[in-house]
Amino acid sequence: MTAGELTKIVLNKEELFILDVRNQSDFDDWKIEGESVEIINIPYFDLLDSVDQALEQIPSDKRLLVVCAKEGSSKFVAEQLVEAGRTNVSYLEGGMKSWSEHLEPVKIGDLKDGGSLYQFVRIGKGCLSYMVISSSEAAVIDTFRMTDVFERFAREQGATIKHTLDTHLHADHISGGRKLAEQTGATYWLPPKDATEVTFPYEKLEEGRDITVGKTKIKIQPIYSPGHTVGSTSFIVDDEYLLTGDILFIESIGRPDLAGKAEDWVGDLRNTLYNRYKGLAQDLIVLPAHFGKVTELGEGGRVMARLSDLYRDNPGLNIQDEETFRRTVTVNLPPQPNAYQEIRQTNMGKITPNEDEQREMEIGPNRCAVHDK
Amino acid sequence: MNTDITVDTKGMACPMPIVKAKKALDSLQTGQVMEVLSTDKGSVKDFQAWVKQTNHELIQHVEEDGVYKFYVRKVYKISGTRKGPLISPRHIR
Repeated sequence: MTAGELTKIVLNKEELFILDVRNQSDFDDWKIEGESVEIINIPYFDLLDSVDQALEQIPSDKRLLVVCAKEGSSKFVAEQLVEAGRTNVSYLEGGMKSWSEHLEPVKIGDLKDGGSLYQFVRIGKGCLSYMVISSSEAAVIDTFRMTDVFERFAREQGATIKHTLDTHLHADHISGGRKLAEQTGATYWLPPKDATEVTFPYEKLEEGRDITVGKTKIKIQPIYSPGHTVGSTSFIVDDEYLLTGDILFIESIGRPDLAGKAEDWVGDLRNTLYNRYKGLAQDLIVLPAHFGKVTELGEGGRVMARLSDLYRDNPGLNIQDEETFRRTVTVNLPPQPNAYQEIRQTNMGKITPNEDEQREMEIGPNRCAVHDK
Repeated sequence: MNTDITVDTKGMACPMPIVKAKKALDSLQTGQVMEVLSTDKGSVKDFQAWVKQTNHELIQHVEEDGVYKFYVRKVYKISGTRKGPLISPRHIR
């Protein structure tokens, strides 16, 4: 089974039983989730002599997927299970590595001039990218490292990528924004306050510098919204969509500690969430750069919600006491994303790991939200 | 370090390093030391987990020029496959 086929199963909420044969610490850290997915963990080295232990725990009437880090040991175990008489068994091609890298494009909606907005769901890692397409031009927001996916998609839509934008200097994944811009001749935009140490040229993403995509000026209006990082910038697209980066998610809010400045930035975060966004049109559709739980995936995998609904339902927007808010976003936060400091260095251009190293750095969940424990 | 057997799994992908190591360890006597060479980065966590699980002793693991070296002392002879988890510490009163 490929990561793409597994994605369809998860999004369609089809039943699947997963036997994850990685070691327990990796499994506890990060695993495949889905509303109709049942999963157990037995390390492959416990199944080398005999798979009896696994057979006892796997229901015989369900479709079975064996999963490991890369592919080898899941294939090995799946073969043993078939030999032992199990049917309807597959292994995940490319393992958790390919699960981490799979992107599923879903259409969010049409734009007023006939263009469209797409969301790219990186389902294994909980990250989201966007593409605004209008009159044969495209802008990509919070691009992933797998830039070929965006290039191919734009080509299929008959569009040329003109702009790549990062809402902030990411700490959980390596940005493909600069690389995609270099490959396509597009302009790369980054908030200047997050770019003080970068080693490459970029355009300053600042309030007041609207970006147009297509002939009819689809407006990408930057809103300075610090808190996750000092430069964090949101966008309003087509007066209808609010792209919040890592500041506001569907069921949580951004964490302010990934650049080591939780105490300094907690005030900014509160101001952005409780004042700045309050002043925007409340019927804007919020499109974040992450989801934390599979329950945030809506129809077809879309991650979106009305701003007014978030002010009603999101616990992070309903902490009235400032001191409680400060404690919530600075104390007892989830563990930081894997290799987050090296990822920041990479995104600044200070270090240049090879592709395998980059892949390794990104393994694991995104952990950019306060409430994802 | 004095070793009784060296298992070279360089260039092999998971699960082969552990498959080979397990086979070699089965042939050793209690107290003997096995050296395993691997170039598979994923083998580091797997070896630690495997040795812990099987109650042998991981004396040391080092990395030299992209080669991971594991030194495992055989603590007792494995008899058959263990079924079900060991009692976890929180259940011991």
